[in-house]
Amino acid sequence: MTKNVARTTGSMQIKRGLAEMLKGGVIMDVVNSEQAKIAEDAGAVAVMALERVPADIRRDGGVARMSDPEMIIAIQASVTIPVMAKARIGHFVEAQILQSLGVDFIDESEVLTPADETHHIDKLAFDTPFVCGATNLGEALRRISEGAALIRSKGEAGTGNVVEAVRHLRNIFGDIRKITQADSAELFDWAKKLGAPLPLVQEIAETGLLQVPLFCAGGIATPADAALAMQLGAQSVFVGSGIFKSDDPSPRAKAIVEATTHYLDADILAKVSRNLGAPMTGIGMDQINERYAERGW
Amino acid sequence: MKVGILALQGAFSVHEEMLQSLGADTVQVRTTQDLNSVDALVMPGGESTTMSHLLNTSELFDPIAERINNAMPVFGTCAGMILLAKSIADGRPDQRFYGAIDIDVQRNAYGRQVESFETELNVEGLKSPFHAMFIRAPQVVRLGTDVEVLSRHEGKVVLARQGSVMVASFHPELTSDNRIHSLFLQEV
Repeated sequence: MTKNVARTTGSMQIKRGLAEMLKGGVIMDVVNSEQAKIAEDAGAVAVMALERVPADIRRDGGVARMSDPEMIIAIQASVTIPVMAKARIGHFVEAQILQSLGVDFIDESEVLTPADETHHIDKLAFDTPFVCGATNLGEALRRISEGAALIRSKGEAGTGNVVEAVRHLRNIFGDIRKITQADSAELFDWAKKLGAPLPLVQEIAETGLLQVPLFCAGGIATPADAALAMQLGAQSVFVGSGIFKSDDPSPRAKAIVEATTHYLDADILAKVSRNLGAPMTGIGMDQINERYAERGW
Repeated sequence: MKVGILALQGAFSVHEEMLQSLGADTVQVRTTQDLNSVDALVMPGGESTTMSHLLNTSELFDPIAERINNAMPVFGTCAGMILLAKSIADGRPDQRFYGAIDIDVQRNAYGRQVESFETELNVEGLKSPFHAMFIRAPQVVRLGTDVEVLSRHEGKVVLARQGSVMVASFHPELTSDNRIHSLFLQEV
């Protein structure tokens, strides 16, 4: 056998490959090493390192920015699973810093205060993969054309209310289903309506699939919420405030992990949903001042 | 003849598509009932700590160990290779694994995601190179004498076989090339 030496890093296939490895899993928001370890012990596939969970960002107000690198480094040192971190929408320098820290996935996130009200980050310029939020198919395809390797529903972070995530998943999957029924002339109108590149719309018409994995985020608080997202078609779930804002985080985290794997088995869902203590209180959509899902363009 | 794909977490659906492209009858394995219906098992890439945790909670760990002892053909890629190894250099203390192939592995040995890469591999028995993707990949750090090496990259063993157990540190399921899955199915 001859020796193989050439290596290519940072390709779109390598970025999407990591997203593929995270499927069927739970990505948990953590604010310190102790929480990161609880998350890993509970079976999380990755952690999202951030200074405040969305529920606290919502409560405190002010400008929410990228976390202190020191805190991200401490979390990286405490677990062996992938570590993600958030950059503000359009803040490509925060993304450069996160890439330099060796973060495994960068979330260009509406939970932080946007840095640019017109442009998202040119994600093709990075070797680190990006995940971006979307409320509908047009938004998802714009992010994919900018180089996102993974899309998540935006939901409404920090509310413990799954209603917006459900709306976004139904929007995206509903439009994909309709596009597979459209004829070739109608695809031009779909591209115009969605504000999305025509070749990506044509590809969806052919395959019936989004080009990258689609996960659920924003408002998941219970094992049943996670299974609902999975049955609607999401391939993994992000849980933000839902775990560490509940009464007893560790059992709830484990239960959400099991529910995400066994999302079609109601007997297992019934078993893991028992005796978890109180979930985060949650808030109704009419009680919030600012919808994070409206950030991003 | 049915081929199971361990579907607790990870890249199981792409493995399933690849096996189906070779005409295999496939089953996603999440319970012991699923396991009892299959003649071979693929363990996909994903997070090995998560899979180890879910193998316990799903009460699948011991039944799979018993099937492997009874010579069920099994193919592990990346996290699957970690689960099948004899020892894990930097695993979690509570992480369980099968010791089904005489290798020791080190998790995330190539570094974080920015170090993940694609390359061409020469594989024993394949006429042309195989395009391989290594994603936060493990490395074989000790090789038993009875293990057959099928491919190396930069001197490290990346595809190996011992009896009915085959392991890859890369992801043949992420390409459109089904030749390595075909090698596994020849064993089945």
